[in-house]
Formats: sequence, C-alpha cells, structure tokens
Amino acid sequence: MQKKVLSAVLAFIMLAGVLVGCGAQTNTPGAGSTTAISSTPAGTAQTPAVTSSRDNVSVTVGSEPDTLDPGLNQTVDGATYIQHLFDGLTRQDKDGKTVPAIAESWDISADGLNYTFHLRDAKWSDGQPVKASDFEYAWKRALDPALASVYAYQLLYLKNAYAYNAGTGKAEDVGVKATDDKTLQVTLEAPTAYFPDLCWTPTYMPVRKDIVDAAPVDWFTKPETLIGDGPYKLKSWEHSSELVFEKNDTYWDAANTAFIKNITWTLLDDEAAALSGFEAGDIDIVDSLVPQAEIQNLVASGKAKIRDMLGTYYIYLNNSKAPFDNPKVRQALSLAIDRQYIVDKVARGGQLPAVGIVPYKVPDVDTTADFRSKGGDLLSKTADVAKAKQLLAEAGYPEGKGFPDVEMYYNTQSGHKAIMEAVTEMWKTNLGITSFKTPNMEWKVLTEKINAGDYQMCRMGWIGDYIDPMTFFDMFLSDSSQNQIKYNNAEYDRLVKEAKVSNDQTLRMSNMHKAEQLIINDAGLIPIYYYVSVMLENPQVKDYYIDLSGFVHMQYAYVQ
Amino acid sequence: MGIYILKRFGYSIVTLFIIITLTFFLMRSIPGSIYTKDKPLPPKIVENIKAKYGLDLPLSQQYFKMLGNVIRLDFGMSMQSEGRKVNDIIAEQFPNSAKLGIFAIFLCLIIGIPLGIISALKNGKWQDNGAMILATLGVTIPSFVVATLGQYIFSVKLKILPVMGFKTFASAIMPAIALSFFPLAFIARLVRSSMLETLEQDFIRTARAKGLSEQMVIFKHALKNSLIPVVTYLGPLIAAILTGSFVVERIFNIPGLGRYYVTSISNRDYTVMMGITIFYAGFVILMNFLVDIVYVFIDPRIKLRK
Repeated sequence: MQKKVLSAVLAFIMLAGVLVGCGAQTNTPGAGSTTAISSTPAGTAQTPAVTSSRDNVSVTVGSEPDTLDPGLNQTVDGATYIQHLFDGLTRQDKDGKTVPAIAESWDISADGLNYTFHLRDAKWSDGQPVKASDFEYAWKRALDPALASVYAYQLLYLKNAYAYNAGTGKAEDVGVKATDDKTLQVTLEAPTAYFPDLCWTPTYMPVRKDIVDAAPVDWFTKPETLIGDGPYKLKSWEHSSELVFEKNDTYWDAANTAFIKNITWTLLDDEAAALSGFEAGDIDIVDSLVPQAEIQNLVASGKAKIRDMLGTYYIYLNNSKAPFDNPKVRQALSLAIDRQYIVDKVARGGQLPAVGIVPYKVPDVDTTADFRSKGGDLLSKTADVAKAKQLLAEAGYPEGKGFPDVEMYYNTQSGHKAIMEAVTEMWKTNLGITSFKTPNMEWKVLTEKINAGDYQMCRMGWIGDYIDPMTFFDMFLSDSSQNQIKYNNAEYDRLVKEAKVSNDQTLRMSNMHKAEQLIINDAGLIPIYYYVSVMLENPQVKDYYIDLSGFVHMQYAYVQ
Repeated sequence: MGIYILKRFGYSIVTLFIIITLTFFLMRSIPGSIYTKDKPLPPKIVENIKAKYGLDLPLSQQYFKMLGNVIRLDFGMSMQSEGRKVNDIIAEQFPNSAKLGIFAIFLCLIIGIPLGIISALKNGKWQDNGAMILATLGVTIPSFVVATLGQYIFSVKLKILPVMGFKTFASAIMPAIALSFFPLAFIARLVRSSMLETLEQDFIRTARAKGLSEQMVIFKHALKNSLIPVVTYLGPLIAAILTGSFVVERIFNIPGLGRYYVTSISNRDYTVMMGITIFYAGFVILMNFLVDIVYVFIDPRIKLRK
C-alpha cells in the first residue's frame, strides 16, 4: 500500500481558518484565552479525572515510519507519532479544536502579519525549560536547504522563508525571532487566519539545538536522545516491529493527558496481518489497513467504523490528446458510468458515489450546509446511457464504431483492477466501445508518466491538502504544474484565480461552485467515488479520535 | 586447495563487481525516484533533496563514488528511513531473518530427509504414497496460504500461538513452518529419487554382497551419496531463506531483511537496494563456495581441481 502522504495536513486548519477568516483580522483566532485548556479531558463534567483500566494499548497506523524528526516528517503515520512526542505552540483538544499549548496566548497585529506568542512554563522530557528559541531554531532548521526537508513548504508562510529555502536568502531574515525565553515574534508573508492551526502540525514543532547538534542524523531514533515536549516520550523503537511510548511526566499538562501509561504502536503493512492481530486481541485499534473484501462484514458486526475522508477517486483523461480533446467524447464516457454500482458492487468499502469534484463535509460560506450539499449533484449516480450514446454519435463514433485504441493506465493493485474492468465493461455494454486496454504498472512508474503527460487515460486519486474546496480546484488551472489532465478553460481560470486571492467567502464559494459546474460540464476528468477511511476499533478504548487530516490521537484516550 | 580457494575468491570479486555495476545502472533506469511523490514537489525542494543525496552529480561520478563506498564496505545512509545507515539496517534486521531461516532449514532437514528415505525404502507402498502426497502438497501450496491458515487456526481460533511478532520461541514456530513448507517437500522428493537411484548402484550391491547389515548399507553407503543433490540445493536455499522472505516476514510482522529489500525498490531507496543486493550476492557466492567444499567430504569421486 502506498503510504498515506501527509497531504491532508491542513485539514482542520482551513476549516478553522474559514470560520475565523470571515471576522476581522484583529480577532484572536482559535482560543486566545487560557480557560479552554484546563477543562477535564474525560468528557463528562462529572468525572474529575480519568483512570484507565489498562496500562497498555496497541495501535496500528502504518509500517516502519520514515522518521520521527518533526522537521523531516512527510507522512500521516509519522505525524501521528510526532504529535504524541512533541507539543507545538498550539494543539488540538479532544474535539479537534485548536487550543493554546506551549503558547499560553498570542497577539496579532492589525494587519494580520505579526504574531507575538507568549510561552508558558513548560519542560522538555529531560527537565529543561522549553524556550522560544527552540521554536526559532526548529523552524529555521526545517527551512535550511541542507536539511532538504520536503515539508519545508509548510513553513513558506513565514516572511522570507522561500528565499532561504531556495538558497538565495539568509536565515536571519526569516520571519521568526525569539525576543526572550518566553516570547516568539513571527512575521508572515501574507495574512493567514489559520496560522495558529498550522502551529500544531509536525513541521512547526520545537526541537532542541543541543540535542540535534550532538547527533544530527539520528537523534530521533533513540529514547536517550529523542527529547520531546509532548504528552508521551519514546520508550523503545524496535525497527519494523514496534514503537513503544510511555507517559512523559514532565509534560506541562500531564494531569489531563496520557491516561494510558504505554502505547504500543505495532508497525505493520499487511492488511491480513492487521486483521488477524485485531481478531486475536493483540491490536486494539487499526487505522486504514483493512482488507477490502472484509469491510462490509466488519462494519456489519460492529468491529469496523467508516469515517469521511477528503478525497476523490478519478479517471484522468488527457484533454490534449485525441480522442479526449473532444469534450463530447469525455462527456459520453462519464455519463455511461454507473457510479452507484461501482461503489456497491465493485469497491464495496463504504465509498460514496461522486456527484462532483469536491467531497462532502467541506464547509461552504457558513456552517449550515457543506460545499457539496450546496452545490448539489452535478453528476448522476447512475448511468444515462441514452444521452451518452447520443453524445458519442455526435462526436463521430455512433455505437462506438471507429473509436480508436485507447490505453487506460492504473497502478498495480487488485482493487483498482476491479474498478478498471467494471468501467471498461460499462463502456463496452453501454456505448459499444471495445477498444479499451488497461495496462497496469508500478505506482512510481505511473506517476512519472502522468507527470510527463505521457498517457491517454489513467486512474488517479486526490486527497485534499486542506479543508477548503480550493484544494480540489487550483490544481486544474491551465498554468498549474499539477494540471496533469491538461484542462484548459479561460473562464475556469478566471473564476478560480479570483477566488484564490479573495477574502470574501461569499464570492469565493460562488466562484468555486461555478468552476465546478464548468469542469464537470466539460468532463475534464471523470470523478468516480469519494474515499472513506475504515478503522478497526476495540470498543473499550474511549476518547481516542482520528481528525480529518488522518492523525490518530491517543492523548486523551482511556480504557473502560 | 589453497590456490583453489584463492582462485575462487578472485572469481567472486569479479562476479560481485558485475552484479554491482548491473544493479546500479538497472536501478537508475527504473522510472521514478526518491522525490517522485503523489503530488509534484516544488522544483527548489527537489533540488535540495538531490543535493543532499548527491543525485545532482553526473551519473558516472555517482557510480564511482558508490564503488568507492562499497570498497570501504560503507553502503551509506538510507534515503527513505531517515537517520539509518544501510549497514545498520542489515546488521539489525539480518539476525532476525537468519534466526528464523536457521530454524526453518533445521525443520527441512530433520523432517524432509527422513521422509524421503522412508518413501524410497517403502517404494510404492502406502508410506511412500502418503509421504509423496504430503510432499506434493508442500510444493504446491504457497507459503502465504500456509501462513494465513496457520494464523487463523492456531492464533485467532485456538489461541495457542502468537499471531505475530518475533519475541518468543513460540512466535517463531508458525513462520518457520510456513517458510520451510516448500523446501521441506522439495528435499523429501530429492532424497527419495536420489536414494532410489543410489540403491540401484553397483557399490550398494557390493556392500550387500559383503554381508553388511541393511542399516549399514542404507545409512553408511546409500544415504551419504543420496545427499549430494540435497547439498547442492542447500547452498542457494540457505542463502535465500537466511536473507529473509518478504511474504512470511510481512504476514507475521517479523523485523527481517526481506521486507526492507522489497520496499526499498518501491521507494527507490538506491542505497538500501544496493547494500542489500551486495550483501545477498555475497552470501550466495559464499554458500556456493561452501557447498563445493562440502562435496569433497561426502563424495570421494569429487576432487577440487586447481
């Protein structure tokens, strides 16, 4: 399985950003007061403290992580571990809301460009105080071109960060400065309402200079040198087998977190093994690694839960290559697909038929309705064969006659294979086109071909980078490097570009609805279904949660 | 003997050199790289990554740099697992694969050889048929089926063996059986056919004519000769099993080397790919060499030629 890339990082971020962004820039976003943090994490107001009936819980969120270094992390599983080991200026509470953490409070300048964070008395796991300079060091380190961090781009919100990362600027000019041990001054390139929400992502976590300098390449691999400031600390790491975390007693909020003393992260990459481990009682919680064929039974028996995810499964058409340069051909192919059938009978994992580009749960102007519900069903869930046939005939291929040979690529995986076969079968039965071939290839080989534009059709998936519809639109701008379908529509470009630079939520959303209608009408690409995430869970484990970016949170969990 | 060993050593170096060169250029010709991600990366960040791993140098320069490192037996840093040296990965993961492999080979030998002998001696009788049915099953059922079935029956249902991990002896039992299933059956068949052939030979007739006991004939004379094909097979088998099985390690979540080898290829982790390839190749060469030496001891007809 392809490792989940930390692409949905900004998940809650934009959600919060959108809500806050409508207000004046001088508002303190998130929670400026410190009252929120002292609430009892147990959930019910009656319970003063939480006790866990077990001292150890086993969780699987992936195989051997590439790194536990906050500055180098680029995966969702890595982020899950890191937010247990480190604490940023802010953190997520157990409802997923951004609340103050190492920063007790912060001030924002009237123009929204300057943030002053005031740090609380917090300690590293070796007892030393957490200083503002630890943040300054960590952020500049992640931007250092020599570190070559992929997620350095998460820090490009900071003033002059781009120049420093590109090797043309100096570290001193980057917009972050510790004015004293307790004060961190941050200057941004542009007002970013969701900046406090960025502060809980791995790239923004503090790291200690003395620790990193002593063992620059592998400080995060050993319990002795992985000094964090989070609710847990590393107890042992047996590569490709397990990571064990234990409660960090020096954590500033130790009384209200880490009720389970030890968390064993069983490192696994095999779905069948994960299921066996879960069934045998060795693993309490499994994220995502669930065999496709078993999902329906597991959900029915209450062992698995399905949660929404911010992703869409597509068929990409190369709009610049015949026969897909003809919109009627693309529309005919899209109309001939029975999405409901694919979801119910082929994919069978709780997915939802795609009725537009943007999946459910993405907020619109206000919280009353999400973007999808407002936009409605732009695509039919079932096939419209008559219209598809008519369009194909108008395009010059009546009953599919004379349709050229076409190859539709997919990355080798049985799930994709079944979908590719179902779709080509629908085109054959509904449109009479028999010339589709579906060669498969390894993921990176396919990615290179698509990036080079060397394909006619292929399957693709897109997981949103942040919870705003924009993450599904700006990639198809005609001048975007991510526009792999070579979609080119001047009106679409105008609408999306206007929405991109606007602060007016009503205008932004209205533009994006229009843009979605355009790209669906043009059938620039064919959405098939919306992804979901599937988790196996032991019902005795309470108050753990997975946020929309896919990070699993065990900080507030306990066993009943 | 000394000169023979020296000569073999020289050939081994040449073989290794060819393997290294081929691997280097083959792995570089696979499309994709460490920075091929789901989403195209900003060009500046790609440049930083290339510079960090020396991928910005001309290919020939990278090749000679890599050769230099190999001569110093330093395979460099993994490009995927941050902060881990390839040497460390091999040193930490290989013992797990090796322990499991030794256990599996032990099972192959103590079950496979007697099974083969029994079928040969009871040729055509029910013992022979029974053993050969078992052996055929062993050759045809893939290890992942044995592994998954075993996991379901003994761990999930009966709860008598751990479902995964590699911490206790009990946790090694199922993976070792899964790993030994095929070679065990193969060895049984090898021993059977070779034993049947040996029993027809003149020297066995001579031994019997001398009035030696049947046990003496079988174990002293026939068995030793019947084992030559097993020894031949054992060389590459030991190398293959000890360096780890991707499938079995994955299903039982064993922190072995086999998984790293396969995932390093899909990750385009060039340094790990190269390091494990060299390690594996060296191991196969060494095993084949040892097999040649062992021949001399079990078969008086074989002499190592200078």
